[in-house]
Amino acid sequence: MLSVVGDHVKRGVYELQVGAQLTAGSVRALFTGLPRRRDLLEQMDTLGAGSFGIVVLTGLFAGMAMGLQFSVELAVYGAKGYLGKMVTVSIIRELGPVLTALMMAGRVCSGIASELGSMKIGRQVDALRVMGFDPVAKLVMPRMVAVFVMLPVLTLMADAVAVVGGYAVGYVVGGIDTATYWSAVDQGLTVENLTGGIIKPFVFAVIIGAVGCASGLLSSGGTRGVGRATTQAVVNASILILVANFLVGYLVIRALGWA
Amino acid sequence: MIDFDGVSFTYPDGTQVLFDVSLRVPAGTTLALLGASGSGKTTLLHVLLGLLKPQDGRVLVDDVDIVPLSEKKLRPVRRRMGVVFQDGALFDSLTVGENVSFLIREVMDLGEAEIEARTLRQLEYVGLGHTLDLMPDELSGGMRRRVAVARAMAAADPAIMVYDEPTSGLDPITADTICDLVRKVSEEKGLTSVLVTHRLRDAFKVADRIALFKDGRVHFFGDREELFALEDPYVQRFLA
Repeated sequence: MLSVVGDHVKRGVYELQVGAQLTAGSVRALFTGLPRRRDLLEQMDTLGAGSFGIVVLTGLFAGMAMGLQFSVELAVYGAKGYLGKMVTVSIIRELGPVLTALMMAGRVCSGIASELGSMKIGRQVDALRVMGFDPVAKLVMPRMVAVFVMLPVLTLMADAVAVVGGYAVGYVVGGIDTATYWSAVDQGLTVENLTGGIIKPFVFAVIIGAVGCASGLLSSGGTRGVGRATTQAVVNASILILVANFLVGYLVIRALGWA
Repeated sequence: MIDFDGVSFTYPDGTQVLFDVSLRVPAGTTLALLGASGSGKTTLLHVLLGLLKPQDGRVLVDDVDIVPLSEKKLRPVRRRMGVVFQDGALFDSLTVGENVSFLIREVMDLGEAEIEARTLRQLEYVGLGHTLDLMPDELSGGMRRRVAVARAMAAADPAIMVYDEPTSGLDPITADTICDLVRKVSEEKGLTSVLVTHRLRDAFKVADRIALFKDGRVHFFGDREELFALEDPYVQRFLA
């Protein structure tokens, strides 16, 4: 039992190490040459634009759920006027970045892992190497850059849709006045709140890109191995996102002198 | 010329698969690495491609030892090699035409019309001009290998061609077509070729010399006649 746990931990640490190496390699590759525009746009379209629907739905229902719960609770204290601020702060600082990243981990991280895993198993990665290409520059870097650019954009989109969702439910179910809601939203849109909400997606993007690429390129054992690597990539990325969310949140709060 | 000089290789799990292998492939000739599964022939091929680093020995490609070279320094050496992997290893998200033109686009400064013409020329050379817009999964196993040959020769004319079991999993007639293509490419372009196979028939059809592997060692190295003349139980079993 202990040895099985030990093997899993060793494997996890090894994948983290490879993920860090791939991230460093991608940054190095960026300095030696930008990804081809066509490759980058293709990845941004697949990984980013392709996630638009799921991210909008996630943001909308998260905002609606918060609008529903907060409008009921705040009504007890006669503080329904704070609904906009409560929804905005919760979404921007925490739920928007985390939920978007978790959805992207499920969709994008698994996609990267399975695509690169299949390429490795089918010797396409070796074919690239023997053609004289660096697989990190050719396969990893465009995906990392695409996620790094698209995740913050998608997060902002999810934030915006969630705040609108909170308003819709607050207005219909809680009977919140439109002007009161949006005025409270405005109070929540402070530089301090936005700072944490903007930093997190960049950190999560590195996690999603690095974990997806590392899991894919380390996969072995045929199609079953690719399936295993894909599942593991989603689990690892999700856990790391939750851990990173706490750490970044803590560091931002300390930096802002709130604690 | 390719020269394997005392090459030994052990995998990280401690399994040694090559023991002091020495072979020479003169320029313009074809060597077949023949042997049962697990005898070390594919590992030797991967050592030649720089995908694996041997613990001992040297691998000279035109008098340059590639073993100590970094990935970056290996790139120009690899660009002079055309490689056909088992099952082709075509990029499955690209069309046949895009696969063949992949390297041309990346390394040559050519206009679109010239790229297309060159791609079509290569595909016609392997008899597959009509497959330009198909996806790799729409091709048969034999067609995939032929496209892989076209891709390997598409950019700069390679000096060395490397084939990793190009006929594995194919019916005898298609396998013969692939062997004919390998022979045609070697003879018409004057290339140095190394082919891994476990089929005696392929080796006889394409190779000038044959290296028979047994348990990671070269059990026999010579031409077809010498192989037939050898009264060795392992060779006789292989010939039977």
